[in-house]
Amino acid sequence: MLELHHLSKTYANGTAALRQFNLSIQPGEAVAIVGGSGCGKSTLLRLISGLEQASSGSVVLNGETISAPHPEVGLVFQEPRLLPWLSVADNIGFGLDQLPKAERQTRVQEALARVGLAGQGNKWPRELSGGMAQRVALARALVSRPGVLLLDEPFSALDALTRSDLQDHLVELWQGSRPTLILVTHDIEEALVIADRVIVLRPKPGRLEAVIDISLSRPRIRDAEDFETVKRQLRAALEVSLQQTPQERVS
Amino acid sequence: MSAADNALSVVQEAPVQPAASVIKRRWWLGAALPLSLALGWELAVLFGLAEGRLLPTPSRILATLWSLSEGGELAVHIGATLSRVAAGFFIGALVALGIGAVAGYSRTIRAVIDPSIQGLRAIPSLAWVPLFILWLGIFEASKITLIAVGVFFPVYLGVSAAVLSVDRKIVEVGRIFRLSGRKLVTRILIPAILPNVVVALRTGLGLGWMFVVAAEIMGASQGLGYLLVDGQQLGKPEQILSAILVFALIGKLTDGLIVALSTPFLRWQDHYEAHH
Repeated sequence: MLELHHLSKTYANGTAALRQFNLSIQPGEAVAIVGGSGCGKSTLLRLISGLEQASSGSVVLNGETISAPHPEVGLVFQEPRLLPWLSVADNIGFGLDQLPKAERQTRVQEALARVGLAGQGNKWPRELSGGMAQRVALARALVSRPGVLLLDEPFSALDALTRSDLQDHLVELWQGSRPTLILVTHDIEEALVIADRVIVLRPKPGRLEAVIDISLSRPRIRDAEDFETVKRQLRAALEVSLQQTPQERVS
Repeated sequence: MSAADNALSVVQEAPVQPAASVIKRRWWLGAALPLSLALGWELAVLFGLAEGRLLPTPSRILATLWSLSEGGELAVHIGATLSRVAAGFFIGALVALGIGAVAGYSRTIRAVIDPSIQGLRAIPSLAWVPLFILWLGIFEASKITLIAVGVFFPVYLGVSAAVLSVDRKIVEVGRIFRLSGRKLVTRILIPAILPNVVVALRTGLGLGWMFVVAAEIMGASQGLGYLLVDGQQLGKPEQILSAILVFALIGKLTDGLIVALSTPFLRWQDHYEAHH
């Protein structure tokens, strides 16, 4: 179980990115976090990953407070961020130092196959298309079998077709090994395809606006009627979050 | 995912082919101009159209080179120059790699030392010559020091800039995988700066060759620079041009050596083939 207690983050320049944020996430749950720009959704992910420290509050994973990157937590960035001097296979095996070579190779081959890139391990990152590179990044995060997988707008730089393809693929991967999944996105449809629960944030500073449970059955069909209904509901919540309250307008 | 989707995504994700390697080598296009000029001059002198005393013909230069190398004299001069450049380059480059890396890595250390180094860099390096001779004498020590100083600045500049410009996003990948300080350096920082370090070393070596000439013209009894001065004093332009030719050749060879040694580590680079 992943718990966020009264999480606040104010940057050195005075920007309050997140204020008093509380959330509990069940093991194996898929949660999407949506909100307008400046709502602190990326900050939230950086705090959970341990890349940044909270100004106050805490991130607790299975009873253990997280203050630095944790072996149980994998992160996929918006860009693939592959190391250009390593082959695709070595990129995926990058975090598996501690394993013996033979096992590392088996794990890497498995991970390559799982993201649909079997036999591509010897390529250089520069030889990959954007979609393939992001698949490799996904494999790199999954190969150590993390209990929690964080994704920071992972498909936003891809074209529409590749994006929906990878969204479906991510759901398959998640259903396979069932990590706790936290997806930050500004794409309503993406949130609805992937998540059990969508958290809407209100910007400046980021705080909770609404929580919407998604009970649609899987696999989710993007143009089905019930999908469209939930989509309208979520869009409405998002629009409300972007409106200023009377107090905000005064200040 | 349906079969049609699959086929589409395959088209979508067709990898980008590296554009290099198809380019034909057309070295003869570049060789045509100097070769025809040399041949033209040779013929002009041969048919008495020009005198060729101050600008000797290619055949005379080659004959001079042949006679210099026959007695083993040329090898001695090349050896003297090469060992000066090697010593100066290694000292200068090593010190610059260390200081440059530290200055790039630590903001505090950079704030302390970089202004001083930039100040020293503003001094034309040849201005140090009288001081070096006073301090270190006229023999090898002052020559090697001058070369080392010449090599130091471009390597320092290149290395510190390379470390400074390492992508924060790539460093974060290392942090996510919990790399310790030392591993972060060996697995992320060093490979990331390597291409720029190679460029810096090549620039430094070029400067080293430039300064060895200055050092040997100042006074030497051996070396290619000595051949230059000797040729001037005895009025032997063919000896000067022979020395220049050897400089060009060895300079190119040593540069090629750095490239050859670094190529296996830089194969991953996007445009590497295109450059070489």
